[in-house]
Amino acid sequence: MSETLQRTPLFDFHVRHGARIVPFAGWEMPVQYTSIIEEHNAVRQKAGLFDVSHMGECRVTGPDSARFLDRVMTNAMGTIKPGAARYTVMCQPDGGCVDDLIVYRVSEHEFFICLNAGNARKDIAWMQAQAKAEGFNVTVKDECADWAQIAIQGPLAEKILATLTKADLPAIKRFAYAVDTVAGVAGCIISRTGYTGSPGFEVYIPAAGADAVAEAVFTAGKPEGLLLTGLGCRDSLRLEACYPLYGHEISETISPLQGGLGWVVKLDKSPAFIGQEALKAQAAALPSKVVFFKLNDRRIARQDTPVLAGDKVVGRVLSGTLSPLLNQPIGSALVDTAALSGELAVDLRGNKVPVTLVPEPFFK
Amino acid sequence: MSNVPANLKYTKDHEWVLINADGTVTVGITDYAQTSLGDVTFCDLPKVGDTFSQHDTFGAVESVKAASDLYIPVSGEIIAVNGEVNSAPELVNKDPYGAAWMIKVKPANAAELAGLLDAAAYTAIL
Repeated sequence: MSETLQRTPLFDFHVRHGARIVPFAGWEMPVQYTSIIEEHNAVRQKAGLFDVSHMGECRVTGPDSARFLDRVMTNAMGTIKPGAARYTVMCQPDGGCVDDLIVYRVSEHEFFICLNAGNARKDIAWMQAQAKAEGFNVTVKDECADWAQIAIQGPLAEKILATLTKADLPAIKRFAYAVDTVAGVAGCIISRTGYTGSPGFEVYIPAAGADAVAEAVFTAGKPEGLLLTGLGCRDSLRLEACYPLYGHEISETISPLQGGLGWVVKLDKSPAFIGQEALKAQAAALPSKVVFFKLNDRRIARQDTPVLAGDKVVGRVLSGTLSPLLNQPIGSALVDTAALSGELAVDLRGNKVPVTLVPEPFFK
Repeated sequence: MSNVPANLKYTKDHEWVLINADGTVTVGITDYAQTSLGDVTFCDLPKVGDTFSQHDTFGAVESVKAASDLYIPVSGEIIAVNGEVNSAPELVNKDPYGAAWMIKVKPANAAELAGLLDAAAYTAIL
């Protein structure tokens, strides 16, 4: 390890509450507190509290902000209303993904953006370079160190959060947000978004207030059955919901179209977004696609397991875990489009296990 | 702190070995191993009659997080396999030294037993 691992403002909170800490994307993060499966089920049935402060943030301001974001992002940006948010991808000229992000509109000329932890620095440098190269009048400011972020996810998330804020939570629709005081900490961004498939909120907290807010959420939620939840179950939850994870289902070499994110790629933008021409060409004939599958077996197909059609390798596994919902292994794979109509299998320690493709999310 | 019973022998790969009165040995994974793995979801175990040389991979244990190979502590023949851990893999987390024993082996070379770690030596590597 050449780089020192970073700690979120909630590191002491995790230690105090007995988390098992592991390195993740350059950060020391809690992978679990008790059991991944118990924590997973808590989010589906009651609520879970995640620290996602490793995620990065930046702010784009200036008269060209909307035009600039429409140039670098695949989804429509100029039509986001203040108070709303939109999920999008940022692409390279060849159509590979720089990152997937959530863009919040603050006002006409101000946007707040949530970035993946491992990509934050790269994303900010990328945006700054594009703005400079094409002469946009915008400022891209790194706010990664200014914010902590927690996710309160599960059917009871709203009830628990409502005890800690005067914000009108029912008025915050999906992919919308409000700025308000939470547990005495002013200036929190309360966003109805998440990465679990269950209902809930993500709350951006000024870093110094993070511990107080997390403790208050835990204290309010514990009697309701809320558990502290780690990155382990975050992965099994997002995989049941068929949400992509950067570096797995989308990457610099797997485009948003291959990764199943065609719905956030507006191929008819004018002026075009960076990568639009390449993606338009790719859309006509995708060489390979990301698919989700389940196995009628107990063995989990892990990342990089070859996917076979007969004896021929036609793809590879991108993510794999046990779905607590199905009590079966599930996963995703990048498979040659031509092979998708035939029988597929994975070789798991010498056992050839048939792959059952699943067109819909396992959990909706 | 991990539970390391004094009556067992251990390997650096976190298997425990109980030397039975009839000279056979019972093998499982340690409390430290099950804690590190987290929720165990599956155990791939060999069949009765299979033979292995010391340190061979005799199976694998899977958790939500990872699959880990199991290494046989002594050369010999498998004389019993615990089917319970296949139907209820969570036993490995609940009772690693009891109900979740994995295999019984008839050692081919009793001298190999002397090379196993005792509880104090195993504790020292944790």
